[in-house]
Amino acid sequence: MDVLDVALRLVAVLVAFLTLPLLVGQTEHKVMAHMQGRVGPMYAGGFHGWAQLVADGVKFAQKEDIVPDGADRRVFQLAPAVALIPYLLVLVAIPFAPDGGVGQAVDAGIFFVLAVMGVGVLGSLMGGWASANKFSLLGGLRTGAQLMAYELPMLLAAASVAMAAGTASLTGILDAFEWWWVPWQIIGALVFFTAGLAELQRPPFDAPVADSEIIFGAYTEYTGLRFAFFLLAEYAGIVVLCALTTVLFLGGWHGPFAADLGWVWTLLKTSVLAFVVIWLRVSYPRLREDQIQRVAWTGLVPLALLQIALTGVVKVVIQ
Amino acid sequence: MTSRPPSTAGAHPDPGAVPVPSPGPGAGAAPGSSGKRRSLPGAGLAKGLAVTLRTMTRRSVTEHYPDTQPELPPRSRGVIALFEENCTVCMLCARECPDWCIYIDSHKETAPPTAPGGRERSRNVLDRFAIDFSLCMYCGICIEVCPFDALFWSPEFEYAETDIHELTHERDRLRAWMWTVPEPPALDPAAEEPKEIAAARKTADKLAAAERAAAEQPAAGQPVRPEPSEPAVRPERPGRPEREGDA
Repeated sequence: MDVLDVALRLVAVLVAFLTLPLLVGQTEHKVMAHMQGRVGPMYAGGFHGWAQLVADGVKFAQKEDIVPDGADRRVFQLAPAVALIPYLLVLVAIPFAPDGGVGQAVDAGIFFVLAVMGVGVLGSLMGGWASANKFSLLGGLRTGAQLMAYELPMLLAAASVAMAAGTASLTGILDAFEWWWVPWQIIGALVFFTAGLAELQRPPFDAPVADSEIIFGAYTEYTGLRFAFFLLAEYAGIVVLCALTTVLFLGGWHGPFAADLGWVWTLLKTSVLAFVVIWLRVSYPRLREDQIQRVAWTGLVPLALLQIALTGVVKVVIQ
Repeated sequence: MTSRPPSTAGAHPDPGAVPVPSPGPGAGAAPGSSGKRRSLPGAGLAKGLAVTLRTMTRRSVTEHYPDTQPELPPRSRGVIALFEENCTVCMLCARECPDWCIYIDSHKETAPPTAPGGRERSRNVLDRFAIDFSLCMYCGICIEVCPFDALFWSPEFEYAETDIHELTHERDRLRAWMWTVPEPPALDPAAEEPKEIAAARKTADKLAAAERAAAEQPAAGQPVRPEPSEPAVRPERPGRPEREGDA
């Protein structure tokens, strides 16, 4: 493992981190528009508005960067980075192809990934607390409540896969994967995906940023590039969540011609899941704050426990 | 426990919720007959997803306006066009206008008498006809009251200006919009004939009858009465489709 190899891997991960979220964002523009009978952006870039997000980025970069008078300056300015960087780190540990097709194989990959993803949510908490704004504070509190509620089922569902594979390493899980794991772990997959959506504060779990109630939650006071970073973090979060679900529950790079086309399978499954994320956003109204809590504690946690029990029973039976 | 919503699947079949309670087997049949209203858990969620997915496969309804012109219905209220040849400066439109946005100037011209010793004929000549579209509220009352069919709705709508003062459009612009006025929709199959055509036909019939009568009685030796040089109907006006019936 020489320096060049490390540099190449890091560059590849960085490129993926910079392009995939924008791709998801653009897809969201277009898919959401067509699901509502519209056409979405049509002008930026000339062909069906492909450069809309580039134009948005240019616009954000031109805006003034404002820090409110009463804000906790340091924390306020640091929050977008705290929200964004963890997803980059997670992306390093996600395997996308067989035989070393991973930025950096981490032994306890599941723990690393889930722990770092949880840090991303701290960015919203910091922004909400430091803004000195009641809407931001409410948004931050809601974010915190949501993080507490949904981290548990997410962990339990991931633990089920780790039990099935007998390892906590993401590459190890993929090496042990068999096709019948998909039906076996389907409940866990649903729980994991739903809980991930809630942690990303994606609709229908977007009460922390509910614009009709609390302006934009923790991001209310942000402008310009820092605001754009929060938005980018959301889409990077979608990419990471979908990639993780793919790796844990859908077999990652497994598929026909996996030796050569493994990365295509990973990308394909991830993009299908990203489409589902967008689809859910278009289809469902926002859950109320108490409904969000109820879904987590009375729905997802028991289901995740059920999945763990099922995994344990099957694991014992087949040995 | 909530009573009405079908969330309590099959627990207690509420007889009030069944539309028509079957008289025969009694309560035992209730779950079967009300089963249609209760569906699998999550069916509503799936339905929502299906609706959005189906919409995505259909063509979007967006009008690509600046690139392609919209297809407007024939009676769209875009702008008011003036057919100035028909205007007699009766001022009805200007007086009825609720916000006084029509400006009309005219003068009187006299024509020499047609017969020696007769009276001079006078008529109004339109000097200025302008509508201030920054005031106009597109009520269409001027068009309704015009007794001479000089004002029309045109579907033309691209006349925005950068200065509000330039929204007062003069007669040449209003006249030019006349060319964009669409034909009126066709009459219904069994509808009554338009009045102009009916009048023209009546005159033509009368003339033909007179001609026939003259041809049948040549023996009388009377000179054939000269035909009236002009029919009783108004001549066809240029650049303007037939507008009768106001369908």
